[in-house]
Amino acid sequence: MIPEIGHYALVLALCIAIIQATLPLIGAQRGIPSWIAVAKPAAQAQFFFTLLSFVLLTYAFVTNDFSVKYVASNSNTQLPIQYKISAVWGAHEGSLLLWVLILNAWAAAVSWFSRSVPAQMTARVLSVMGMVSIGFLLFTLITSNPFDRIFPVPMDGRDLNPLLQDFGLVIHPPMLYMGYVGFSVAFAFAIAAMLGGRLDAAWARWSRPWTQMAWVFLTIGIALGSWWAYYELGWGGWWFWDPVENASFQPWLVGTALLHSLAVTEQRGIFKAWTVLLAIFTFSLSLLGTFLVRSGVLTSVHAFASDPERGVFILMFLLVVVGGSLALFAWRGPQIKSHGKFELMSKETALLVNNILLVVAACAILLGTVYPLILDAMDLGKISVGPPYFNFVFIPLTAPLAVLAAFGVLARWRKTDFMDILKRLKLVLIAAVVLGVLWPLSVSGGVNGDLTLGAVFGGVLAAWVMLSSAYIVYDRARRKSDLLAGFRSIPLAFYGMTLAHMGIGVFIAGVTLTSLYSVEKDLRMAPGDVYETNGYQFRFVGTKGHNGPNFHADRGTVEVLKDDVVVMTLHPEKRIYTVTRMPMTEAAIDPGLFRDLYVALGEPVGQGDAWAVRIYHKPYIRWIWLGGIFMGLGGILAASDRRYRMGAKARRTAVLKAPAGGAEARA
Amino acid sequence: MTPKRKKKLVLLLIALAGLGIAVGLGLNAFNQNIMFFFSPADVVAGKAPYERKFRIGGLVEEGSVQRDQQTLRVTFKVTDGGGSVAVQYEGILPDLFREGQGIVANGTLGRDGVFQAAEVLAKHDENYMPPEVADALAAQKAAESVKN
Repeated sequence: MIPEIGHYALVLALCIAIIQATLPLIGAQRGIPSWIAVAKPAAQAQFFFTLLSFVLLTYAFVTNDFSVKYVASNSNTQLPIQYKISAVWGAHEGSLLLWVLILNAWAAAVSWFSRSVPAQMTARVLSVMGMVSIGFLLFTLITSNPFDRIFPVPMDGRDLNPLLQDFGLVIHPPMLYMGYVGFSVAFAFAIAAMLGGRLDAAWARWSRPWTQMAWVFLTIGIALGSWWAYYELGWGGWWFWDPVENASFQPWLVGTALLHSLAVTEQRGIFKAWTVLLAIFTFSLSLLGTFLVRSGVLTSVHAFASDPERGVFILMFLLVVVGGSLALFAWRGPQIKSHGKFELMSKETALLVNNILLVVAACAILLGTVYPLILDAMDLGKISVGPPYFNFVFIPLTAPLAVLAAFGVLARWRKTDFMDILKRLKLVLIAAVVLGVLWPLSVSGGVNGDLTLGAVFGGVLAAWVMLSSAYIVYDRARRKSDLLAGFRSIPLAFYGMTLAHMGIGVFIAGVTLTSLYSVEKDLRMAPGDVYETNGYQFRFVGTKGHNGPNFHADRGTVEVLKDDVVVMTLHPEKRIYTVTRMPMTEAAIDPGLFRDLYVALGEPVGQGDAWAVRIYHKPYIRWIWLGGIFMGLGGILAASDRRYRMGAKARRTAVLKAPAGGAEARA
Repeated sequence: MTPKRKKKLVLLLIALAGLGIAVGLGLNAFNQNIMFFFSPADVVAGKAPYERKFRIGGLVEEGSVQRDQQTLRVTFKVTDGGGSVAVQYEGILPDLFREGQGIVANGTLGRDGVFQAAEVLAKHDENYMPPEVADALAAQKAAESVKN
């Protein structure tokens, strides 16, 4: 009975979505207040019913209701409770339900937190989100109903894929989806503005905090995925240019461009059409990502068995969304006028360059990801594009971004003198060059020997971004007579931006030092064998049997010695999950701010107790995710700036009172 | 042409030239990093190139996996029913690598007919078959039914 209620709740949600998508929109176009007023309660009711449905599916998992096919395929009585809950979104059907739930959560949030936005605008926004919701609810109900029953009822479930039985996978998909789906708000605002024919600075200001929060979730989601791949897949990589990774990275790149162009549109009232296009493309790329992951067309660690009918549905939906919104743009676009002039040398140009580089980088990745699929679909052969391509195009396109960030921040609107900015940053530049050489040198420390050009390049770039960001904050605070008061007078949004930029620097440092100075060794080790690297001696002691709740394991013991003293003992495991019979490598990692020690077991080799053992020394790898955390925190700070929370009236007076230099502050 | 316009034109030309070079280099990199996929039947029929990187995929032949006792070297055969190719790999194989399992490997084909794999991928889901492998197996099946 309970699963049927869950199913029924979804159907109700679909009915409400249809109302939400139509009535408020017609009301807004025709000016019927009572129809406009339907929007908010509808969004909240839809959220309630999808939440109910989600809770009931979770209940089916927790109570081991194996009469539900989805539960039987993805759970087991022996599965620990936290994984029973995360198994709800462990496979296709449930993750779609999560998608819809999050979409409706965002819509409900819009209905709650948009008091300063005119009711007409909110009605249009919620209408557009209702349309997206219709698409996904139909998709769920028609092709992938998680509440389908199975008969005869199996005695026990087939267990959750062991790879997903992990904390990282408990939170990675919800975070990523919060990001993907969050961009639907920015998309809905853009479409609503076009429908209403009102594309002004106010529109950009309303949609900015939403875009920032979506971006934060996507950033954290991608970083979590990378972290999970590093420790769970057992080969210690943090990014593979895997098509599915690319699928999440494209909306991130275009979304980052959107953040910056929204700033220009809000502050200066220009780039309007471009901003609208970016909002459309960011969400479209999010949908494309969903399509790529969920259709099974890709060869990837994320690709799971699936049904081709589903892929076709998402592809059609994608075409409707992209086609429909571009058609609207073609119709309304010519009416979008940008006022305001700017010189070639100005903040506007700097942000334009930022946008171009980000979008071109996204296109280059799109080419490498989608081209093989198109070729395959047309039966022209099967190809794949290797990581060297992505590295080759991505680094030259994004390195200038890191160089230009400080100039962009310091530049003035309308007209600026970049030579003058360079003069101000002269000392920072010198410090960055010195640090950029010393830093890799301290890591290579004679062990790996050479200081390569790449290391110096990455080091200088990282140091430059971090030092210049810090300098810019100091420089602004210094303008006040009292430094402390100066720091206090800087708006949160500015701190947020600085922190996010610093995150880029931290990330570059991590990527450079890890990629160039990691030691990665696959060895055959018999008990007693020792391998030495970077001042650590790894002594393989042996393996022992060990039983977990739903797996058996060979548990290895590796002692790590420094100067002949045991400093730690690592226990990598090779597990066999009892239900699925799936083997899993559980790496043992000693994390550190400046280096990770990573040990994983391969398989037994030859007679005796020898094993294939993987030993890695990875300097600064944590900085890659630390950078992601910085960016995420920066985004949260920026979104919580008080000017987004001020009522419309208060804002108007604040704008009038803002000092002349205020424009720069609010970039 | 006013000096200001001239300056703009020069900047525009520089930007275009930069863009052209970037696109050229990008496409060149793209070309060099494309890896084609060949099924074991293709390789046996001599359709695959020697000493150029490509991907091969199929099922690991039952009873073909041989591990070296002293090093991490492994040899095995991949098959799609229409042919079988020896693969050599040195390193740690993925968790789901086993006989009868669909795998994809990338590397180069030596003159001796042995495929030297640089990377071996097996999938992380029991029910999952890499699309290339599934297609290769289906194509082979179709060819056989035509013969019969």
